[in-house]
Amino acid sequence: MNLNATLFAQLVVFFILAWFTMKFVWPPIMKALDERAKKIADGLSAADKAKSDLQLAEKKVVDELKKARESATELRAGAEKQGAQLIEEARQEAAQIIAQARKAAEGEAAVAAQRAKEALREQVAVLAVAGAERILRKEINAQVHADLLANLKQELK
Amino acid sequence: MATEHAPNASEYIVHHLTFLTNKKQVGLVDWSVFHLDTLFFSIGLGLLGVFIMARLAARATSGVPGRFQAAVEIIVEMVADQAKGIVHSPKSREFVAPLALTVFVWIFLMNAMDLLPVDLLPKIWSWIFGAAGHDPHHAYLRVVPTADLNATLGMSAAVLLLCLYYSVKIKGLGHWIHELFTAPFGAHPLLWPVNFAMQLIEFVAKTVSHGMRLFGNMYAGELIFMLIALMGAAWAGTLGSGLLWIGGVIAGTLWAIFHILIITLQAFIFMMLTLVYVGQAHESH
Repeated sequence: MNLNATLFAQLVVFFILAWFTMKFVWPPIMKALDERAKKIADGLSAADKAKSDLQLAEKKVVDELKKARESATELRAGAEKQGAQLIEEARQEAAQIIAQARKAAEGEAAVAAQRAKEALREQVAVLAVAGAERILRKEINAQVHADLLANLKQELK
Repeated sequence: MATEHAPNASEYIVHHLTFLTNKKQVGLVDWSVFHLDTLFFSIGLGLLGVFIMARLAARATSGVPGRFQAAVEIIVEMVADQAKGIVHSPKSREFVAPLALTVFVWIFLMNAMDLLPVDLLPKIWSWIFGAAGHDPHHAYLRVVPTADLNATLGMSAAVLLLCLYYSVKIKGLGHWIHELFTAPFGAHPLLWPVNFAMQLIEFVAKTVSHGMRLFGNMYAGELIFMLIALMGAAWAGTLGSGLLWIGGVIAGTLWAIFHILIITLQAFIFMMLTLVYVGQAHESH
């Protein structure tokens, strides 16, 4: 157990080693540690953000889905309504056409009946003359009895 | 070689406890003597430790660390945390924390030399010494630098210098000297000598106990390894010596396992006390 100059040598070596560590060992390792801590913190916050983003997106999806469903329902209701309206319109148009056609047919029938009546009237006059001829066995001068016939025609109306 | 005989137990231990010196030490204190073995192993291990760490630090990645990097990072973080808790000045920590790391790694490596078989390196050295044409019986070599009081006191003296440096730096020379005479008992002029004496005793006690604690532990550990080696060397073919040999194996195993704890613990304690003393230098009484 002797004290000697080894003590001072050890003292100096101690400081040199400590200086070396301070210069070349400590800063790079601490830098790596700090950087990694930052990376991990960033990663965690990014994960958190992604999670909340996902939740937001899911919520949005649900909302959109709901909206789409609503608008689809609305659309369908509109379409049905429009369809019904179209049918109604078509029905009305058809009824109108039918009524028109009926009216036209009725008009035509009336004209035809009138014409037939006219024709009959003419013929009745001829028949009446022929009948009267037969009855009278005498020729009747149509010219003479034109007034009479005209009166008859008038009465037949 | 004709006079060669197996050394008896006390010769064996004395031989193992003798330093390799540049010249013979005269008296208790002799400032012209160097312990060459202590210097060789302490400087060698110190350089080994810091260069391995520096190499790793140069390649340190902030991404996924390798196993070795992770192991070093655990130690560095441990030291950084302790330093942060004890030394409250970030400016001082820039030097003190790396210093504490150096202390821990260096002392751990020096203590770990204890785990090598006690005769391994001395035997190799005696072959080299003998081959160089000297008497192998005078080939002295102690491989555990921390079992040399000079080494441990050298380090604790370095810590003392640090404490003085930071005391002056943080408090200012005037305030520090003022404190030397007025703390811990008070500012009354009659108390000045008492205060100063107390402060001196405190510094000396801190430094000596700091160095002695490590030295004592490692010296005792080394001595026990030698005694266990003597048990193992008792093998002579008889039943009793056989039992001694088995005892030596068991005791050697147990002591080595226990010593793993001691070498780590002593390195840690030395580091912590370094931080504590430097931390105290920052605080005013």
